[in-house]
Amino acid sequence: MPSVLLIEQTLNGLQFGLMLFLLAAGLTLVFGVMDMINLAHGSLYMIGAFLAAWLVALTGSFVIGVLGAVGLTGLFGMALEAALLRTLYARDHLSQVLATFALILILNDGVKMLFGTDLPLSAPAALSGPVELLPGLQYPAYRLLILGVGSALAIALYLLVQKTRMGALVRAGASNRAMATAMGTNISALFTLVFGIGAALCAVAGALLGPLLAVQVGMGENILILAFVVIVIGGIGSIRGALVGSVLVGCIDTLGRTGLQQLFREFLPPQWASAAGPAIASIAVYVFMAVVLAVRPQGLFPART
Amino acid sequence: MAPPIESRSSEATGPAPVDDLPMVARPGRIDTASRAALLILAAAALGLPFILQALGSSYYLSFASRIVIYAIAATSLNLVLGYAGLVSFGHAAFVGLGAYATGILISEGVVGGGWHLLATVAVTGLAAAVIGAISLRTRGVYFIMITLAFAQMLYYLANSMKGYGGDEGLNIRARSLFGFGAIAYDLKNPSALYYTALAALGASLLALDRFGPSRMGRAVVALRDDDVRAEALGFPTFRLKLVVFVVAGVLGGIAGALSVNLQGYVSPNVLHWTQSGTLMVMVILGGVATVWGGLIGAAALLLLQEMLSAYTDHWEFWTGWVLLAVVLFARRGLVGLAAGLRSPRARTG
Amino acid sequence: MIHRTLQSAAAASLFASTLALVGGAAFAADKVKIGLVSTLSGPSSALGVDIRDGFLLGVKLNGGKLGGLPAEVLVSDDQFKPDVAKQLFEKNIKRDKVDFMTGVVFSNIMLAALPEAYDNNVIYISPNAAPSSIAGKDCNPLFFAVSWPNDAYHEAAGQFANTRNLKSVYLVAPNYQAGKDSLAGFKRTFKGQVVGENYTKLGQLDYAAELAEIRAAKPQAVYIFLPGGMGINFIKQYVGAGLGKDTTLLLPGFSADQDVINPVGSAMAGLFNTAHWSPDFTNPANQKFMAEFQKEYKRVPTLYASQGYDAALLINAAVRDVKGKLEDRDALRKALKAARFDSVRGPFKFNTNQYPIQNYYVRTVGSDSKGGLINKSFNEPILRDHGDAYVQSCAMKG
Repeated sequence: MPSVLLIEQTLNGLQFGLMLFLLAAGLTLVFGVMDMINLAHGSLYMIGAFLAAWLVALTGSFVIGVLGAVGLTGLFGMALEAALLRTLYARDHLSQVLATFALILILNDGVKMLFGTDLPLSAPAALSGPVELLPGLQYPAYRLLILGVGSALAIALYLLVQKTRMGALVRAGASNRAMATAMGTNISALFTLVFGIGAALCAVAGALLGPLLAVQVGMGENILILAFVVIVIGGIGSIRGALVGSVLVGCIDTLGRTGLQQLFREFLPPQWASAAGPAIASIAVYVFMAVVLAVRPQGLFPART
Repeated sequence: MAPPIESRSSEATGPAPVDDLPMVARPGRIDTASRAALLILAAAALGLPFILQALGSSYYLSFASRIVIYAIAATSLNLVLGYAGLVSFGHAAFVGLGAYATGILISEGVVGGGWHLLATVAVTGLAAAVIGAISLRTRGVYFIMITLAFAQMLYYLANSMKGYGGDEGLNIRARSLFGFGAIAYDLKNPSALYYTALAALGASLLALDRFGPSRMGRAVVALRDDDVRAEALGFPTFRLKLVVFVVAGVLGGIAGALSVNLQGYVSPNVLHWTQSGTLMVMVILGGVATVWGGLIGAAALLLLQEMLSAYTDHWEFWTGWVLLAVVLFARRGLVGLAAGLRSPRARTG
Repeated sequence: MIHRTLQSAAAASLFASTLALVGGAAFAADKVKIGLVSTLSGPSSALGVDIRDGFLLGVKLNGGKLGGLPAEVLVSDDQFKPDVAKQLFEKNIKRDKVDFMTGVVFSNIMLAALPEAYDNNVIYISPNAAPSSIAGKDCNPLFFAVSWPNDAYHEAAGQFANTRNLKSVYLVAPNYQAGKDSLAGFKRTFKGQVVGENYTKLGQLDYAAELAEIRAAKPQAVYIFLPGGMGINFIKQYVGAGLGKDTTLLLPGFSADQDVINPVGSAMAGLFNTAHWSPDFTNPANQKFMAEFQKEYKRVPTLYASQGYDAALLINAAVRDVKGKLEDRDALRKALKAARFDSVRGPFKFNTNQYPIQNYYVRTVGSDSKGGLINKSFNEPILRDHGDAYVQSCAMKG
C-alpha cells in the first residue's frame, strides 16, 4: 500500500479502535468488578446515539446535544443498575445472559416507540470538511475530533483508575471482590457509579459515531460482540487491556479488510474479492481472540491476581 | 468458617453452578391422565394438516412446521445447555451449517434427501467435534466466548461465499426428495415437510426421555452440577461433554436442513449470535433440562410473537418483559412453573 | 403427573385460540387486493415510504378503486430483511389471498421473496428492483417491471461520462445483484478507463476505507451506485474527506434524488445524475402527480414515488381492460403487457421480457423557487427508446 493510503487507513483503524474502547472500557469494568455479563451494553450505546440525535435537533447545538445525551444516558444507566441489574449479580452467567438479552428486546422496542426506528444526526457544519495533515493527505475534520475525544477519554480513564482513590477501589474490586467488601467499601454505591460511567462512555461513542453510521434501532448489536472480544483479549477488568485490545482489533479489522481486498483482487473477480476481504479480516479478529485464549487465557493485561 | 461472601469469580472456583436446575425426572409410572393427554396431543399434531385444511387456514401449516423445526433446534440446545450445563453461545452455527449443507447441495442439483441427511450429519458432526474439542478445554465465560467466536467465524465465512449468495443469501427452488421405489416423497409438499419434521421431533424427544435417566444421562448431569467432583470420581468428563456437544450439534444441523426446506432460502443471518440467543430464550422459557422444554419454549415464543404482532408492532417489547419475568421469577421455565403449581415441594427440586 | 396434562391442554388451547383469532382469511369477491411489501424502516426507509405513498396516492385519485373495483392495499414492512419479506409475501398470498404483489425496493429482498408469488401464480409488479437475471434467462410471465431495468440509469451515466470526455473513473456499488448490474451497465457504455471497482457491503454506512482508496487511485471522476442512506453517508463523507475538489462525482438518480438532497444539502448543488423521470417533466400526468403528491404529503416526491404511482396506474389500466375479471390470468397479463396508461414519465411501453423501453435523461441539482434544491432535466434524452442488454436471453417472445 502506498504510504498515504497506509497512514489514512491506520488513522481510520485507530478511530474505530478508540470508539470501540469507549464501549469496552465500561464493559470490562462491569464484568471485572461486578462479574456480570451485560448484553444490554450495546443498547446503552444506541440510547446515547438516539438521545444525542434528539437533543441536537431540539437545541440546534451539537455540543449541547452530545453532552446532554452523555449525562442522560449515564443517569439512565445508574437507574437501570439500581432498579434491575443488581439483582443479577448473584445469579449465574446464563441467567445474566438471558436477562440482559431480554433487556435488549425491551430497549430496542422502547426506543422505537419513543423516537421511531431511526433519527438523523449530522456532524457539526464546522467539522464537515477536511484538514490537511500532510501534503497530499486530507483527513476529515470530524474523524480527527473523534480521535481527539477518544484519546482524551482514554487518558482520563487511565488516570481515574490508576491515580484516584475511587480508581483504586475499582481495581481492588476487580481483582478480589470479597476482600474489597471485607475492607469496608460501600460496594453498592461503587457498582452503581461504575455502571453509570460505563453507560456514559457508551453514549459518547454512540453520539460521536452517529453521524458516520446511522442512528438506528439495533445499532448496538454488532459492536457489542466486538467489545466482548476486546475485553477477552485485553483481560477482563483491565482498562489498559481494553485500550490495547480495541486498538489492535480496530487496526486488524480496518487494515485487514482493505489490505486483503487488494490482495484478493489480484486473482478473484471484484465482487468476490470485495466480499472475501472484509469477511477474512473479521475472521482474523476472532482467530486472534482464540489464540489469546489458548496461549494466555487471562488476557494480555490481566486485572486479577 | 464460611467465607463472608461467596465468590462468583469464574476462574477461581470453576464454573458457577447454574442455579436451581431440576434433577432429571426419575423413570416412573406415567399415570393414565398424562397418557391420555399425550395421546390427545399426538392426535392433534398428526391431524393438524387436515384440521387446518378444514378451517381454511392451511397457511398456518408452514407456521406449525416452523414451530416444530425450532423445537428440534431448541431441544438440541437443551441437551447441551440444560443437561450438560454448557452455555454454548454458538449453537446457531450448527443449525446454519445444516441449512447451508443442504442448500448448497440443492443449488448444485443434488436433490436426494438421503444425500442431504448424510451431508448434514457429516458436516455438523465434524464441526461440532472440532469446535467442541477446542472449546471444552475452557470453562465459564471463556467457554461462552469461544463458542461465540467459532459461530461468528462461520457467520463471516458464509458472508464471504459470494458464489453461494454471500450476504444476499441462497435461494433454492427445489427441495429434498426422498424416493422409496416408485413413491416420491418431496418436501416441497407442506404436509410432507410437516410430518418429516414432526417425526424428527418425536424421535428426539423420545431419545431425550430415555437419555435423562440413563447411566450416561445421570453422569452428564452429575458433571454439570460439579465437574471437579465428577472428575475426581472417575468420570471421563471431557469425553462425555464432547459426545453430548456433538450429538446436540448434529441434531441442530438436522433442524437447519429442515428449515432450508421450509423456507427455500438460507442466509448468514441464521448463524448470527442473536439466533443463538433466541434459541437460548426458548430453552429457558420452556424449561432447562426437561424433555418438553425445547418444544414448549419454541411454541410459546413463536405463538407469543404471532399473537402479539396481530395487535401491536411492539411485540418484541412485551416478549422481552415476559422473558425477563421468567428469568427473574420462574427460573425453571414454564415446565417448572407448572410443576411448582402442582406441588410447592417440587420447587426445591 | 398432572402438570403434563396441564401443559398439553394449555398448548392445545393456546394453538386453537390463535387460529380462531387470526385464522379464517377474508375472501374478497368483488375487489382488488394488493400486497405491498416494502422497506419502511431503517436508513433507507425513505425509498419504501415513497413507493408506498405514491402507490396509495394513485389509488386515492382513482376514488379508492383500481379498474373500477374497490381496492384494498395491505402494506407491510420488510425491515430490509429478505426472510421477513418472504414471510410477508407468504402471508399476503396464502392467508390474505391477494391478486397482486408489489412494493419491494431492494433486488436481494425481492429475489428471495419472488418464489412465493411464482409458486402461487400471483403477478408481481415491481415498482423498483428489476435485476438483469429476470430481464434475461430468468424472465417470468408473472413479473412486470414498471420502473426500469437495473442497468439502465448506469448505462445512461456511462454515456454521459463519454460526452464529458472523462477518461478515468473509480466505481463503487454495494455487493448485491443490483450493485453488480449497476457497474456492469456503466462499463457497457463508458469508453474510458475504470481505475477501481469497489463493492461495499449492502447497508454499510462508514466509507472511510473506500474513500482512502479513491484518494490513492486519483481518478478523474467517481461514479457510485449507493441508494438511500448509503448514498447520503457516502456523499457527506466524500465531501468531508476533501475529495470533491479534484474529482467529479457522477451519480445515478438513486443517489441524487430528493431523499438524498434534503439531508446532504448544499454539497449536492450542481451534481449531474441520470434518471428516467424528473420532477420538472411537463406532461399532464406528471403535472397532476406533482401537484397532488405535494398537496397530500407536503414534500417533493422522489423517483421512487413516481414509480409507485405508475404501478397503481398500470394495475388500474389492466383491471379496467379485463373488466374486473381477475381470475383470467392470461387476459390480465395481456392487459398488463399492453400498458395502456399515461405514465408520469411520458411514453411507456413494455419490451418482450416485460421490462420497459423508454428514454433516460441527464438531470442536474439546481435551485427551486423556494430556495431549496431540486432536480432539473435536460430536454434531450441521453438514451432514447432504450431497452436492456438481456432481452435476447429471455424465452418470452412477444
